[in-house]
Amino acid sequence: MGRITFIEHNGREHVIEAETGQSLMQAAVDNNIPGIDADCGGACACGTCHVIVENGWLKATGDINADEQGMLGLTPEKAETSRLSCQIIVSDALDGMVVRLPEFQM
Amino acid sequence: MNRLRPLLEPVIRPALDKAAAIVPIHWQIKGAHTFQSLKKRAGMDRAIPVFRETPLPDVSTLKLSEIDVSNPFLYRQGLWQSYFKRLRDECPVHYQANSPFGPFWSVTRFEDIMFVDTRHDLFSAEPIISIGPQPEGLEIETFIAMDPPKHDVQRQAVQGVVAPKNLAQMESLIRQRTADVLDHLPENEPFDWVQRVSIELTSRMLATLFDFPFEQRHKLAYWSDVAAGAPESTGGSANTHEFFTAAADMAQHMSWLWREKEARLAAGEAPGFDLISLLLANEDTRDMIKRPMEFMGNMVLLIVGGNDTTRNSMTGGVLALHQFPDEFDKLRQKPELIPNMVSEIIRWQTPLAYMRRVAKEDVTLQGQTIKKGDKVVMWYASGNRDERAFDQDPDQFIVDRKNARKHLSFGFGVHRCMGNRLAEMQLRILWEEILKRFDRIEVLDEPGYVQSNFVRGYTKMTVKLTPHHDRPSS
Repeated sequence: MGRITFIEHNGREHVIEAETGQSLMQAAVDNNIPGIDADCGGACACGTCHVIVENGWLKATGDINADEQGMLGLTPEKAETSRLSCQIIVSDALDGMVVRLPEFQM
Repeated sequence: MNRLRPLLEPVIRPALDKAAAIVPIHWQIKGAHTFQSLKKRAGMDRAIPVFRETPLPDVSTLKLSEIDVSNPFLYRQGLWQSYFKRLRDECPVHYQANSPFGPFWSVTRFEDIMFVDTRHDLFSAEPIISIGPQPEGLEIETFIAMDPPKHDVQRQAVQGVVAPKNLAQMESLIRQRTADVLDHLPENEPFDWVQRVSIELTSRMLATLFDFPFEQRHKLAYWSDVAAGAPESTGGSANTHEFFTAAADMAQHMSWLWREKEARLAAGEAPGFDLISLLLANEDTRDMIKRPMEFMGNMVLLIVGGNDTTRNSMTGGVLALHQFPDEFDKLRQKPELIPNMVSEIIRWQTPLAYMRRVAKEDVTLQGQTIKKGDKVVMWYASGNRDERAFDQDPDQFIVDRKNARKHLSFGFGVHRCMGNRLAEMQLRILWEEILKRFDRIEVLDEPGYVQSNFVRGYTKMTVKLTPHHDRPSS
């Protein structure tokens, strides 16, 4: 289990309990987090589950592969700590993590 | 910026004149040369297929090997659904050895299309994404038909045009124009929706994206139609002469616009948020005009990408609600369904039927071996009607369909549509404004359909509007 906070672009916060082993995208969708579109259903193929990980947490989210880099490169809102949440697997190490949502999912 | 104009004019004018002296000549010579050599070679090097429409057979009467879904009349004749259903059920990865465009594989199921689209390591988008080749002598270079890493560099240079900041700025402009177009439509009498609404609105949008002279906006739509309509590429009806004339005209207008932007930038004006200013502001693309085929390629891509797709979804949505009147009732009762309906329109219409790839190595898919170098066509139009991928009947138009966003029309992977959010916004605003004004949109005749295996579009659709009872007539 991990307690994760999503902050929408307008500042609204949502705190969810995510299950270990599921993707962060799935956890967000299950908890009706607005702003996670996940059009491709988790195939790292659309870039619409983009989150910006708050300082200090990036390493704990795991490695970014070339496909994810490629998809993140397509969004004009890409930041230093951008990730696709479908590629982050929830673990105890993420307990307490805060992620921000971009203005639009591209 | 307008107040600066008189001050800047003395600086800009000489620069423009200088540019005009160099570029158009350079361009025209190249263009004329290409045109002449092409005319000479036409019929010698590569025959251009000629398409004459005849009634197509019922798919159940054909052998699998005889099914050719590249036929540019399949959509017009209303047979595409039965043809693709047969392939999905009996031969989901299908080889057609003898089409007018040469041999090609068709991938017809949702999941298989997703596989091909996301594996750019196995399937190349080069040299072009239409089934057939580009017209000889005008092989443009465009990032939709480039593989990473070159693709990434070029796309990143222009994607800022649809960044949130720009989209937010565009919203009120789009609404104002949409309202303007709708307010001037005839009520209770027949008119052509394609011409009066779909083409008009998309032309205005394109003129804004390029900061193109507004009064000449219809040129953009015309160039787009011709560029996507070469018979050897898509089975379209544009002829070679028309194609080259339009290309030359476009090259001239666009390079002039480029040089004007360049001169204004050099004179110290703040860069705009139009596409050309963005290309000029980027180190990798600022001298693109020196690479004519790349320059033309990007212009064509952005013009076609912003035109056919949205235009035909604007028409398709009206047709869909006419064919499914209960859904129109549902929508009127719950206008908050508009965003979901917009995704459903884009799925149902699938304005571009496919994208083409070339296998980079042998790949086995659904038991078939696709050989290195073979053409592979991902039929989005078929995948979007794949019964295996949708819980609710995919042939139905359902405004509150669950997971409506999960469609293939934008593609998946690195080539995913760059303008998807802009397109959705345009369609959302159109429907918001329609619902404010009209109770009914009746489609009076069978629409006219574009001849193409690529563009699923409408040439004409006669409609009649019934305004709200309580709305004062304008």
